[in-house]
Order: sequence, then C-alpha cells, then structure tokens
Amino acid sequence: MDLGRYIGKKLVWYVVALAAALVLNFLLPRLIPGNPVDTIVSSLARGGNISSGQQKTIYEAFMHQFGLDQPLWTQFLIYLKNLAHGNLGVSFASYPTSVNKLVGQAVPWTLALQLPSIVIGWIIGNALGAVAAFRGGRWDRGVFTSALFLSSMPYYCLSIILLYVFALQLGLFPVGGAYSLGTTPSFSFGFLSDASTYYWLPFLSLVLVMIGGQAVGMRSMAIYELGSDYVNFSRGLGIGQRKIVGYIFHNAMLPQITGLALSIGTMVGGALITELVFNYPGMGSLLFNAISANDYPVIQSVTLIITVAVLAANFAVEVVYGIVDPRIRAAKTKEN
Amino acid sequence: MSGINPLSELEAETRNTNVADATSVLAGLTTHPRRAKRRRSGGFNVSGRFWVAAALVGFVILMAFIGPLVYPFGAGEKVGGLYDNPSATHLLGTDNFGHDVISVLMTGARNSLYNGLVAGLVATAIGVAIGVLAGYVGGWLEELLMGITNVVLAVPAIVVLILISISLQNTSVGFLKGIMGLALVIGFTSWPWTARAVRAQASSVATREHIDIAKLSGARTPGILWRDVLPYLASYIVMAFVLQVAGAILAEASLSMLGLGPSDVVSLGVQLHWAIAFQAVGSGAWWAFLPPTIILTLVSFGLLLLQSSLDELFNPRLRRGKRKAMKAAAERRAAAAAQLQTQPAGLAAGAEEVLA
Repeated sequence: MDLGRYIGKKLVWYVVALAAALVLNFLLPRLIPGNPVDTIVSSLARGGNISSGQQKTIYEAFMHQFGLDQPLWTQFLIYLKNLAHGNLGVSFASYPTSVNKLVGQAVPWTLALQLPSIVIGWIIGNALGAVAAFRGGRWDRGVFTSALFLSSMPYYCLSIILLYVFALQLGLFPVGGAYSLGTTPSFSFGFLSDASTYYWLPFLSLVLVMIGGQAVGMRSMAIYELGSDYVNFSRGLGIGQRKIVGYIFHNAMLPQITGLALSIGTMVGGALITELVFNYPGMGSLLFNAISANDYPVIQSVTLIITVAVLAANFAVEVVYGIVDPRIRAAKTKEN
Repeated sequence: MSGINPLSELEAETRNTNVADATSVLAGLTTHPRRAKRRRSGGFNVSGRFWVAAALVGFVILMAFIGPLVYPFGAGEKVGGLYDNPSATHLLGTDNFGHDVISVLMTGARNSLYNGLVAGLVATAIGVAIGVLAGYVGGWLEELLMGITNVVLAVPAIVVLILISISLQNTSVGFLKGIMGLALVIGFTSWPWTARAVRAQASSVATREHIDIAKLSGARTPGILWRDVLPYLASYIVMAFVLQVAGAILAEASLSMLGLGPSDVVSLGVQLHWAIAFQAVGSGAWWAFLPPTIILTLVSFGLLLLQSSLDELFNPRLRRGKRKAMKAAAERRAAAAAQLQTQPAGLAAGAEEVLA
C-alpha cells in the first residue's frame, strides 16, 4: 500500500543489481591471464626497437598509470571513485585519449539513430497491431505474418538485406558510414543534409524491426482483451462498439508503454550490430573496435553505460507502475 | 541481445521486447497434459503455421547435419582466392579465406544449431529447476531464488556475455574457447526469464487439489515435483525451450559478429563477422554475406513461428476464429431458444385443441 516503501524496496533490488554489475564489470576483464598492459607493451615492442630496459620502464609506468600495481580491492575502490567522478579512464588503444571523449563522440550518433526509430516504430507498430486485431481476416493475417517475420528475424539480418538491396543493387543510398569523407561533423545545413543520405537506411532497418515487434505484441494483447469478460459484458449491456474498442485499447496499452520505456533503456546497446553493418560511428562500432584492439577500458565503459541505462529504465517503469496501478503496489509489498 | 534477447536482449540482443512479449504470451497458461495430448493426436488444431515452421526448421537441420557429409569440399579447405565469383564447382563462390561458401555455411549452421541446443538445454534446465523449486516450495527459498533471478535478469545479458566471452577468449582451458564454451556461457546467462515464468506456473499448480492428495498419500517432495508438478508444466517448458534455442542462436551470432565468437570453428555469426571485417558488402561479394544472413533469418523465424504455433495449440484462448465460433454458438443457442419459444406455444395450442 505504502508507495514510499514500495519504491524503497525496488530501489534496494536495483542497487544490488548495479553492485553485481559493477563487480562483474570490474572483475571479469581482470581475471584474464596476463594483464592488459602486457598486450600494449608487447605491441609497442613489436612496433619499434625498444630495449628490454626501456620496455620495463614503460611497463612499470603503465602499471602505475592504470593502478595495476595495487592490490585488487584498492583497484576496485579507485575504479568506484573514478566512476563517481564520471571518469571512465584512459583508452589503451588510442592512448592517451580519455574514454569519456571516445564515448562522447559515439553516443550522439547512436541516440540520433535509435531514439527516432524507437518512437516512430512504436507508434506505427501499435496502430497496425490494434487494427489487425480488430479487423481480423485477411488484414490480420497479412499484418501478423509480416510483423512476426520482421520481429523474429535478427535485426541485423534485416540491416544486411536492406543494405544489399537498396545500396548495392539499386544504388539509392551510400553503402556505409554516416557522412561523406572529407566533411567534419557540425550542425551546419550542408553537413546535416549530407549525413541524412547515410541516415535513412540504418534508420529504416531499425524502425521496421520495431514496428514488427510492437505490432505482434499489440495484436496479441488486443485479441486477449477481445475475449475477456468485461468485453462480453459490455457487449451484453449493448455498449457501442466504438466505446468497447476504447476500453480494449486502454487496457492493451499498458504493457506496450512498458515496452516503450524498456526499449528506450536498451537504446544504447540495442543496435550495436546494425551500426557495425552500416559502419555507423556509434557505440556499436566503438565496442567492435575496442574488442579487436583489446581496449578494456573502452569495453568496460560501453558495457557499464548499457547496464546503467537498462537498470534506470527498468526502475523508472517499476516506479511509474507502482504509482499508476495500486494493485501492483499492494501485491509487491505483500509478496517481497 | 540483440542480440542476446533473449535473448533476451541479445536482446539482446536479441531485442528484449521479443522475449518479454513471448513471456507475456506464455504467462497464464497451464494446460492439462492429458487433454493437450488428446487434442494433439486429434490433429485438427495443428495450424498451417506449424507446418511452415516445421518445414523451415527441418530444412536448416537437414542442411546443417546431412550437408557436410555429402558435400565434396570441407569448411577449412582452401579452394580459391579472396571472394571468387560463384562458379559451376563453387555455386556460391569463396569467402575471404578462399574457402567454399556453401561448405562454410553448412558447417557454420551446424555449429550454430549445436550451440543453440546446448545453451537452450542448459538455460531451460536451470530455469525450470529454480522456477519449480521457488514456486512449489515457497517461503524463504522462493524469496532467495527469485531475488537472485531478478538481479541476474536486471543486468543486461549482452553485457555479461560480452565480458565473459572476452575472458573466455584468453582462457587456457581448451574446450571453453570453442563453441561449447560459448554455449555454456549463453546457457548460464539466459535462464532467468524461464525461471521467473516457470515459478508463476509452478506456484499455481502447487495450490491444486491433486497435490494435496499426493501429500496425503505420503509422496515425498521430489516425487511430487517430478510426477505431479512437472507434467503440468510440460507444454510450457517445451515452448520456453524453443525460445531459448532461438535466443541462444542469435546471441551467439551477435557475439561472434562483435568479434567474440569461438576461435577455432565457424558458425553463422563467425561467417558474417569475417564478411563484414573483410568488406564483403563494399566489394559487392553478396555470396559471402547473404547466405548466412538468410539462414540465420530462417532459423530464427522458423523457431519463433514454431513456438507461436505450439502456443496456439496448447493455449486455446489465443486461437483466432474464437469470435466466429462464439458467434456460431450464439446463433445456435438463439435458434434453439426460438424453437423452445414456439414449442410451448404449439403445446399450448395443442392443449387448447384437446380441451376444445
């Protein structure tokens, strides 16, 4: 019943989850035999002729710089302290660039691609799903089958197929990247119109998948509601079809709104591979490059950002649900 | 996850919403196993969708497991140069290593399926074990298990997968580096939603009368779980397993495309990874990237379609045409009522006649 207690309980769970994620994020890359500094130093040594004495100096300097000469729990405290200051560390691969800067360059591209496609796809998908459920027949079969197909094919497969058909075969769009070579990102009209030609294809591939998933969800929710007691009762009372459709829509919407919030939470990590396919300079490409270069600070930062975004969205949904729906509040405080 | 959405997320990955939708669709059904069986053997409710799904999955399985046995070239055999055009001997040309694409495709599909099967079994086994224990036993055990489940569920699976796969790639334990290691990792990270869904079902089964009877007749808890709880969840578990397999295949593909795949074998994701890394798209070598894309789509679509047609089979509430059937029933009732109404009148008329 008590909203404060409900939120408090939820908060405790999410803090535990965040702590678990932080420990995993910190510990797993450090469990690797041999430490990351070995990799950098050996790649440096391969590049030029460095004497073993110099190599040792460089090694020790790096060990000190990354704090790897400290005991593990001290490292963890330093890690937490840095995170609390919003400091994600220094990249190994493109030393001495800070991870904050790399992430700062990548995030806007990902957001610009994902946010519009999620919102637009959500609106269109729900409308289509609802219409399919109400009209039934051929409409339903057509919409449902194509939506099911779109939502159950891996999202990056659609990207690859679209890229092949529209960019390679038809030549309507550029094959990859986010802007033409030689231009620098800025908010000028020229740059934006150039970038928009690169934008359409990745956007289309994400929006179609979103439409598919939402339409399938909305359709099954609406069909479920169509057969429920209150609908039959309303029909029995002689309430107009239009009004009943309104009721159904209302009830079927709630889980869909959750879906929207969760998609926005998974936004950062939701389309990593689409970016890869289109060579789009967002978080996915950043992660890909970091993985191939063993750039642990960058990998850890990307995974951390994905985790925090997802946890925050989930928590927000639970809080909003608790406020909107008193039944959940009551059930949850009793249950846990 | 998207990936790993399942896979969630893979959802991950797999887009999380897919799995969430599937769970919400799954939620709230426990079919009586015997009745479900009778319906199945009757066969009249197996939709066309089921056969399409079975054909798709069957095609890929045949290709993956029979194909490499009869195809003349091996997956690791260098038979040409970088992206040779399709020819009569190599119908889909060669990939960036000069390997025959069809051969790599078939072996890759086999490894992907193998990965999906192992990961799906592991995830379903853990999920069902935790879910049934928590749902049936209840009390502090339920709180503990569900607490763990919720924490694992809250951390995005793709993140844990990425972090663990990085460690796996550098591990010194041989077999963990391959597809087996990846399958185990995916299995160990994707059980939570199955556990949560199964718990809800198990706790509803736990309140039924036949459990009380079993308890009264002195059955022990493991026996009750095995004989009186699990059979009631069977249809549910099968569907969860199919979803887990699909999720695991996609999770593996996502990880492999990011460059975290098995180091010694090919899979559909590994094949795509190399195609993207070696600019197959830019150089127009469609045969290097379209085939694995299409097979991955077919597997994923086929498995999800299979799940949804099984769902329709087990859960009559989802069946379309219910309204039509209800309308027909209402018309029948109306006709019967009309008949009843005329009958008493007729009887009365008859009685009047007699009286007269």
